[in-house]
Amino acid sequence: MDPYCLKKLNAERRARRAALLLTDLGDGRDRVIKEGDPVAGQLGELIGRAFLSGRSGVAEVDGRSFFLNVHLPPPRLVVIGAVHISQALAPMAKLAGYDVEIIDPRTAFATPERFSDVTLFAEWPQDVLKTRPFDAYTAVAVVTHDPKIDDQALEAALKAGCFYIGALGSRKTHGARVERLRALGFDDAGIARIHAPIGLDIGAASPSEIAVAVLAEVIGAFRARSLHTPLTLEKTA
Amino acid sequence: MTQQTTSELDPLLTAEHWMSAGRDVAIATVIETWGSAPRPVGSHLIIDEKGNFEGSVSGGCVEGSVIAEAMDVLASGEPRLLEFGVADETAWQVGLSCGGRIKVYVERLG
Repeated sequence: MDPYCLKKLNAERRARRAALLLTDLGDGRDRVIKEGDPVAGQLGELIGRAFLSGRSGVAEVDGRSFFLNVHLPPPRLVVIGAVHISQALAPMAKLAGYDVEIIDPRTAFATPERFSDVTLFAEWPQDVLKTRPFDAYTAVAVVTHDPKIDDQALEAALKAGCFYIGALGSRKTHGARVERLRALGFDDAGIARIHAPIGLDIGAASPSEIAVAVLAEVIGAFRARSLHTPLTLEKTA
Repeated sequence: MTQQTTSELDPLLTAEHWMSAGRDVAIATVIETWGSAPRPVGSHLIIDEKGNFEGSVSGGCVEGSVIAEAMDVLASGEPRLLEFGVADETAWQVGLSCGGRIKVYVERLG
């Protein structure tokens, strides 16, 4: 492996960006391909598919054998609101393999006692996002019921292309939210990406049940990602 | 190291640290699996010239062979493709009844 390739690959992984190490098994040469980098031909299509599925493997192209090792960032769930639902959601999401972060500027809610085992920020979302921005591998669930807090996060999540965005609140609450987001310049297609009311419709009643519904919706969005994620591949015959 | 999500035990990050420290490093990668192989495609084991290693390409049953091969790869610089069945008697002894086969690519870093 080329030391430069290793450094480049690790830099991408540290920055939570998807990258693929392509190794020619015949001559041992390798190169790092970032998600969205144009790669021509059949190899390009296979690389595009590997980014979508997250699956690494060997590919035979034009009589040559390549190994495609795809590195996707671990999915992350950021919950805006250190509420009762979040207390149930955080451990469940961790079990499902998600890195979990909770953000809530209300220090009465965001206490280590209530969230002993989770990365917790008792700060405003926009302050946390300066150093820990959302990305395409982040799910965002806003559950504070307070537009002052929720809207900042929703705006950032829409702009970052988060794979899941969910917002707690009744249809009426969401109607008012839609109007506010329109006023901020978001179009209907963008706003429609928000799952509201939040969570799969399983008739959830208690905070824990709502947490199950939200987590199931997050997982569904992540696994369906390959069905609607835009693919930018330069097609040359 | 800006994210907690990247584990300190990440073999590729460790390989970079070892390289910066002037150690010779071989990287072994699972490139194909059949059956119920213990580690998925893309898993890494890294080895230095003294035989120190991090990571895994199996549940522990073929690491010894891979490390021995890695010594040759470090000396020659020529990558090697290894194939293992991990359902043999040794595998049973160490508690692996997985019945899988794996192909491992071993190369020198730099």
